[in-house]
Amino acid sequence: MEGKHSPVNKLFFICFAWLVAATLPFYSPAYVLLSITSILMYVTLTVSWTIFCGPTGYISLATATFFGIGIYCAALLGSSLPAPAVVLCGGLAGLAFGVLVGLICLRLSGFYFAVFTFGLSELVRHSVLWWEHNVSGTVGRWVTGTSITQAFYSLLVIASLSILAAYLIRRSIYGMALKAIGESEEAAEHAGINVVVYRIAFFAISSFFMGMAGAAMAAKFTYIDPNSAFNPLISFTPVLMSLFGGIERDYGPILGAFILTFISEVLLSRFPYFYTLIYGIIFVVVILFMPRGLAGLLGSGHQHKFMDH
Amino acid sequence: MAFLEGVKVTKRFGGLAAILDLSFKIDQGGIIGLIGPNGAGKTTLLNLISGSLTPTTGEILFKGKRISGLRPHQICKKGIARTFQSVKLFGNITVSENILLGSVYGKPRGLSRTNHSTETSDLLKFLGLAGKRDVLAKDLNIVEQKFVELARALATKPDLLLLDELIAGLNPSETSLACDKIKEIKKKGITIFMVEHVMGVIMSLSDRVIVLNHGEKIADGTPEEISRDRKVIETYLGEDSEC
Amino acid sequence: MKLFLDIIISGLIQGAIYGLIAVGLNLQYGVARVLNVAHGEFVMVGAFATYIMYTVFGINPLLSVAFFSPVSLIAGFLIYKNLFQFIRTSSETAEMFEGNSMLASFGLLYVIQNLALIWWGTSTKAYSYLSFSVGFLGVAFEANRVAALFVGVAVMISFYLFLRYSILGKAIRAAAESPVSAQLSGIDVHRVLGICFGLGVMLACVAGGLVSMMKEITANMGFPYLVTALIVLVLGGLGNIVGSFLGGLIIGLVTAAVMYWQPELSLVASYLIFTIVLLIRPQGIFVRQTNGR
Repeated sequence: MEGKHSPVNKLFFICFAWLVAATLPFYSPAYVLLSITSILMYVTLTVSWTIFCGPTGYISLATATFFGIGIYCAALLGSSLPAPAVVLCGGLAGLAFGVLVGLICLRLSGFYFAVFTFGLSELVRHSVLWWEHNVSGTVGRWVTGTSITQAFYSLLVIASLSILAAYLIRRSIYGMALKAIGESEEAAEHAGINVVVYRIAFFAISSFFMGMAGAAMAAKFTYIDPNSAFNPLISFTPVLMSLFGGIERDYGPILGAFILTFISEVLLSRFPYFYTLIYGIIFVVVILFMPRGLAGLLGSGHQHKFMDH
Repeated sequence: MAFLEGVKVTKRFGGLAAILDLSFKIDQGGIIGLIGPNGAGKTTLLNLISGSLTPTTGEILFKGKRISGLRPHQICKKGIARTFQSVKLFGNITVSENILLGSVYGKPRGLSRTNHSTETSDLLKFLGLAGKRDVLAKDLNIVEQKFVELARALATKPDLLLLDELIAGLNPSETSLACDKIKEIKKKGITIFMVEHVMGVIMSLSDRVIVLNHGEKIADGTPEEISRDRKVIETYLGEDSEC
Repeated sequence: MKLFLDIIISGLIQGAIYGLIAVGLNLQYGVARVLNVAHGEFVMVGAFATYIMYTVFGINPLLSVAFFSPVSLIAGFLIYKNLFQFIRTSSETAEMFEGNSMLASFGLLYVIQNLALIWWGTSTKAYSYLSFSVGFLGVAFEANRVAALFVGVAVMISFYLFLRYSILGKAIRAAAESPVSAQLSGIDVHRVLGICFGLGVMLACVAGGLVSMMKEITANMGFPYLVTALIVLVLGGLGNIVGSFLGGLIIGLVTAAVMYWQPELSLVASYLIFTIVLLIRPQGIFVRQTNGR
């Protein structure tokens, strides 16, 4: 192992970053806390997206669905349960729906998988809209309040858990099996891997974290409606962020989510009218000059070896 | 009780029968060759045995238990492994990881992680791939890829190994190497069921040869019997030829 | 009967628009392998360009559409040549190209939409052209909608004939089937793919011009058209041009029918169709089923 990346140093860095983050609410101004909270949210979404989509190469555009389900869970349960229980319920709802979606799209791959998951999340959004219009009679609802500090801590924990889960899965035999599934489902099946169970299970695990993120984030929104909770952009953002950061490395998605959210927060406050213009240009430039993402640029790096661990 | 048994197996695609009312019995041990002209249904038969396809009618039994209708990974865990006519490797992971996956997910034997790693190393050595263990599978040449696929199949610890044109496309020295390996695999007690076009190889390796034509079995016997069989000669030389 | 006819005609009008946009997307993704997420934005640009020509210079919208067709074709060609061809050559695998080109088109979406917002703001615009009624079998339709339907169908038919019989059209179909063998037979594949992308942009702009004649337009009207085009694309089958147009008509008819009964469910209905089609026949409903192994 080379000196400056030794595991002890890495561990030290992680502990330090975590300590800084954990004590943040005590000394940082509210707007910084708010930005960090949305960064953590996107880190969670992006990292959990790569748990399934990274190794298999499937592009899921259903993130908004699981996130929105989490939000709605929090809105429905918010006043009756303590916050950690609400977040857990959001996660479980995401998990359950993830199993369902995973089951439905078992036969699909490639372009069709991407379009189908996208269509499905739009279907959910419009169905909820229709329901609120015609059955419950009210569109949108208030989220009974938790504080921003609470949202921050929930997301810090969820983001850390998702990163840990992604790290462990990537290094386990499961991560390798998922990669094998991405390469050839047929060969994976004949090598003894239960492709159906793996596809559903890991898709559902990533949905679990997305649901939790939604439930935790609901506190920040105060008011929600189907269009904000199931916003289709939420589905695309993790894809962009993980590809921007580079999916071949553990830190790629984290880095991508961190930098892009930071840039967009800055742009939004400094140049509210040119925000998406600059964002778009950055995008095109990055694709043109860093086709492998940031991580591809930083380390010419060979991937880790499973056998080392 | 036969080791592998097919009972009146039929597989239709649309209206077309790729395998028609085929019954066969294979005993444990030895090498069984499967030959036949193009489109005779050889690969379809392998697909039916390994679970890629399910028979339209009829059933396939392995060690007396019905396996037709099971999913491929279940059949793999019961001890049937296969290679593919066009190599299907996991290209973006290393050679040793390809084999390790087979070892971990193959027939369950309650091994620890270290045992799986040792097994992987042994297989790499056995097939002369030790120097390539950390190379990505997609960076190998086609012959090496065929050997990795064979290693992955062996790693699942099969009792029955299905080989789909392993030899095709190999040069003479590679062919003789592959034949040696096949003989060694047979010595380990693994039954081999192989589809091959290279007639010389089949005739010299096999203990028994089955000939398919249009999805039906037209001959079954030792290589000597097969090479003297009138029906087989007609099939291979054309219906009109007079021998 | 009257209601029925009304639904059919409105559905066909809407469907023809969807069909044009979907055929454009099909050329871009089905042939050039660029999943152009910014496709809907070109519909918006076409709509606004036509709007400005009419309100500022008093130019007939149909004439503007005719004028903007070659302009947008060239613009699309240049976008492909300067952006996507670059990505194609720098990508190591086909999957990487698809991923990166989709991301780049996302950047394009952001840029175009922001420029439009700066220029036009968030307000809704509309103008009135050919807004008198035409009677047909006892049902009255606004003339501009009927004109849009005729132009849409005419564009589609001429487009089909172009693909079918012209040299360039044949080259496009060859490139769609197998880029490598097209190259071997002397076709400049990059040029053909660039033209496909350009034609896609052109069809989106034409559709946008037609939309502007009958509906209110806004700077963020594009995205829903993209989503519908994706649905239609799947319905008609990737690479199947006629399928895309027919798929557009089907979605148009379904939307129009559901619109009468439960307006909020019209999108739900098209997603449901899409979901069911994907699960049962992922290769599209107009493709003949090929035999399995």
